[in-house]
Amino acid sequence: MCSLEKRGNLFILTLTGKNVEHRLNPEVLSSIISALSRAKAESTRGSALVTVSHGKFFCNGFDLDWVNATGSKQEAQQRFDYSLDCLTQLVQAFISLPMPTVAAINGHAAAAGVVIPLCHDYVVMRRDRGVLYVNDLEMGLKIPELYMAFFRAKTSGWALRDLVLRGLKIKGEELLKMGIVDAVYDGEEGVINAGMKMADDLARRKWDGVVYAEIRKGLYSEFCGMLGIASKAIGTPKL
Amino acid sequence: MCSLEKRGNLFILILTGQNGEHRLNPNLFSSIISALLRTKAESTSGSALVTVSHSKFFCNGFDLDWVKAAGSDEETQQCFNLLLDYLKQLVLAFISLPMPTIAAVNGHAAAGGVVLALCHDYVLMRRYRSVLYMIDFDLGIKIPEPFMALFRAKISGSARRDLLLSGLKIKGEEALKMGIVEAVYDGEEEVTNAVIKIADDLAKRNWHGEVYAEIRKGLYSELCDILGIASIPIATPKL
Repeated sequence: MCSLEKRGNLFILTLTGKNVEHRLNPEVLSSIISALSRAKAESTRGSALVTVSHGKFFCNGFDLDWVNATGSKQEAQQRFDYSLDCLTQLVQAFISLPMPTVAAINGHAAAAGVVIPLCHDYVVMRRDRGVLYVNDLEMGLKIPELYMAFFRAKTSGWALRDLVLRGLKIKGEELLKMGIVDAVYDGEEGVINAGMKMADDLARRKWDGVVYAEIRKGLYSEFCGMLGIASKAIGTPKL
Repeated sequence: MCSLEKRGNLFILILTGQNGEHRLNPNLFSSIISALLRTKAESTSGSALVTVSHSKFFCNGFDLDWVKAAGSDEETQQCFNLLLDYLKQLVLAFISLPMPTIAAVNGHAAAGGVVLALCHDYVLMRRYRSVLYMIDFDLGIKIPEPFMALFRAKISGSARRDLLLSGLKIKGEEALKMGIVEAVYDGEEEVTNAVIKIADDLAKRNWHGEVYAEIRKGLYSELCDILGIASIPIATPKL
């Protein structure tokens, strides 16, 4: 599933998921959403969250074994759609989290697994290992409108094309050039330490978490609009 | 006008025509749109389209002689508007084409010709002897919204400003730096061979054309909204 640790002002979310590929099914997704709820409940000014995982994979997408372990194609489609709904709730939870978020990608992320790091404010990645692979085109699947809106919020132009329309397994250095990740580091320890340091530096700014979340939602306005997550008016001006 | 050749899995659209400027008038527009319809009808998984021209110009924009030959101001305006409508249809046809598309800009492209190049998924250009020139500004013509949406989707921030608002004739190397083109080559033969190679490589991925087109439309969501192209849900999952 996942685990949530508190270290000073940092919340450290460790993805374990189902098996070594850290695959996502509704149970795993619920557990991550719960962890985020806990982080939100315990948040203060100066909180930050960093998401990490260990091993060859960061997150390799939906648990297709679970999806396909039913009698019919129709039921499999239902399980897939349900997983997608749970993912959408998770994205909403990340986007509404009242603190800066950093993802440290230690290994491969594919399909739905690409969405998770990208819903963080900052992404650091290993240089020497790991790819992001949006494989919908390869699988003959259209990317749902909502997720196209999500990707459009994160990148544009030729980088967006290369991310979703080329079936590419994209390494850290290339993602850096594309502006999709913020920095690359060598080794699992290297990237995780860098992620923690970045989160620390952000936490030190002691921003108002609620304001932070509202401004952040504005970066995903199209996506939030499609989900009906309205922005709220804030009343903590320091004029 | 234009000719359409089939070479293995590749469709090769060649802009032809007496004066070599390949100016866009109703005849050329109709001829290209027909060619695209034929391409779509004959497409299979693993198809790709390249657009080339063999002259000093890739496409020098609207046939303003044709427009002015209408006589009165009112008729001239009507003719111009007709060309704008055709250009919208052309953009729509390219963006819905169920296969990867690559343009070889071997010569100069201006105004509508730049739009033509940019509705391809990949644009390759000659390093010298080829400029992109959004002459609209110098001619005192506003760029209509649908095409602005195309530019907004394909080109980022400062590059977009430089392309549209500076009246510059942008050469290959600059277009490369601006992220407008993929790569530049020295000779006409080189750029033509390069597009064929890229098209071949993309075709070999054997993507499902309809899925490809639907994901591609997601890169141009604003443009698709303006042109009224709804996305269709795809149901060919290989779960």
